[in-house]
Amino acid sequence: MAKAATKSSTPTNGPILTVRNLRAYYQMQYFGITREVRAVDDITLDVNRNEIYGLAGESSCGKTSFIKSIAGANRPPLNVVGGSVRFSFLDRDIFRLSQEQLSTVRWKHLSYIMQGSMNVLNPVRRVRASFVDFAQRHIDLPEAEFFGVVADHLQRLHLSPDVLRAYPHELSGGMRQRVTIALATICRPEFIIADEPTTALDVVVQKGVLTMIRQIQQEMGSSILFVTHDMAVHANMADRLGIMYAGRLVEEAPTSELFAKPLHPYTAHLIQSLPRIGDLSPKKALGGAPPNLSEPPPGCRFHPRCPLAMDICRRENPALTTLAPGHRVACFAASPEVKPSAPANHGRASAPSLLAARSLAP
Amino acid sequence: MSELLAVEGVTKTYSMGGLFGREAFPAVDDVSFAIAAGRPEIFTIVGESGSGKTTLSRMILGLVPPSAGTIRFRSEDVTRLRGGKARMAFMGAVQPIFQNPFEAFNPLKRVDRYLLMTARRFRGATSSRLAEETADAALRKVGLSYAEVRGRFPHELSGGQLQRTAIARALIPGPALLIADEPVSMVDASLRMSIVELFKSLRDDLKVSIIYITHDLATAYYISDRIIIMQKGKVVEAGSARSVLDHPQHPYSILLKQSVLSPEATAKLSPEPDPEPPRHERSHPSLREAPC
Repeated sequence: MAKAATKSSTPTNGPILTVRNLRAYYQMQYFGITREVRAVDDITLDVNRNEIYGLAGESSCGKTSFIKSIAGANRPPLNVVGGSVRFSFLDRDIFRLSQEQLSTVRWKHLSYIMQGSMNVLNPVRRVRASFVDFAQRHIDLPEAEFFGVVADHLQRLHLSPDVLRAYPHELSGGMRQRVTIALATICRPEFIIADEPTTALDVVVQKGVLTMIRQIQQEMGSSILFVTHDMAVHANMADRLGIMYAGRLVEEAPTSELFAKPLHPYTAHLIQSLPRIGDLSPKKALGGAPPNLSEPPPGCRFHPRCPLAMDICRRENPALTTLAPGHRVACFAASPEVKPSAPANHGRASAPSLLAARSLAP
Repeated sequence: MSELLAVEGVTKTYSMGGLFGREAFPAVDDVSFAIAAGRPEIFTIVGESGSGKTTLSRMILGLVPPSAGTIRFRSEDVTRLRGGKARMAFMGAVQPIFQNPFEAFNPLKRVDRYLLMTARRFRGATSSRLAEETADAALRKVGLSYAEVRGRFPHELSGGQLQRTAIARALIPGPALLIADEPVSMVDASLRMSIVELFKSLRDDLKVSIIYITHDLATAYYISDRIIIMQKGKVVEAGSARSVLDHPQHPYSILLKQSVLSPEATAKLSPEPDPEPPRHERSHPSLREAPC
């Protein structure tokens, strides 16, 4: 039995998740030629207790790589090359946990709600079996009492205990997604990662599922890292919002402030281009396409598409700067206070040797 | 007034169940509408998943025969097209655009191949130079050029570029009607509106009618002229897009509109539980009968 890595008494103040200068790259070697994709590049953020932190960004901007890294679920070729990820319920950095220690932490303290509910539930086994697989080791009760707890929990999500006897294909998309929410919350974890939980659902079901996530979060007082590219969902869910572009965090603010006063041109475009019922004004499209992360443009990665691009944007990378309380932005055009970031130290030398060793392990 | 497309009392029934106790399940139930020739418009079909929108579009494309009713394109029944010539003429005039461009193109084949093949088959381009010119002309209509896609594989283009290429391919035969099934749901947020704008310009500049199938009411409001709302295979509300979406009458249309998340939400989603799960949610019949 691995020594537990969790703290016996968790402090009740301070952020639950602290990420500092996290860098995670895909590193591949073909015939001696090294190719590197900087999917997560120097991200620093905090998630507070009892908060929904929204993370927005388009496909291939590094959202999923970021999630994998903070959950300690990255596998080669995705390697964490620098930075730290501290959860308040752990006594050390998540990368310093052994696989056994990780598996005692996962699901009990840190759980996920995933996008394709069909892929989470085993299609050839009844839902009941998934609950046994995921949760029984953490809830140490005899079988009958365990399923009593499960049934109570399902009721909270307006699901009848009959779903336990069903196969996933017998449930509708919304019911399946509520089953995965039930799975993720059954152990009352402190931190939940929700990766595009409603993207595959249609609008009516989506609203029900989102309401349910919010309700259960408030009941349990957990924190949620809520990842989706849909800004309208963020407006209704997130307390604070971070915007990612090409592997970097470009803006972060409380949701209402971000929507009212976006400072980064990319954020402003995302918000302006949202279609609304009752609005027929022409929408401007942004030229170009998101950059290829294996050859990102120099300087600010948004500059080839930016309407406000200046000379400095082509040369220097803007640092994420706090311009108002709780409002950070990385854009030279937003304010003269934004300075170039210190040249990132891309050397693996700075990364603790432990990280390198772990990332090379099979 | 002549009609480009006339859908009259179309029903599609699938049978469910095994050897014992088969039951008929109407996927599309008595749907009628018409699109006039000579007056291009964007006609939107909105509905939840499983409401029969995709089945309807497949029937219009002639891929699935209807169980009852007729679909006529330029006064000809699409299920009674006989002979290669009539089929080719129909396929040239009605072109599909699919939801996910990464699935619509074979990942192991170069994208330009599809454009050149369509140019050869439908426009009779005999030389490769002619085929390339035809492809280039179509790509320019969607804001790309042949040089940008030449020799590229699908993974080398962004989702927006690839969806534009799919639209360009559909434009090569010079269609009168495009059937776009959820064309923007897989495209990135920053590129989505450019595709939506493109549909508008196809209607206004190229005089192509478009059947736009979606569950996104906000883009539907933005581009469509007329709209029908489908629920469980039936049309529950139809009319001009603005009036239907500004003042929905049917309870389901009202529910749909209320479910659209507004970006201006000042109050967060209320954590008040609704006492019952949404009624329209279908579960498998066996589950409903299951004893506790």
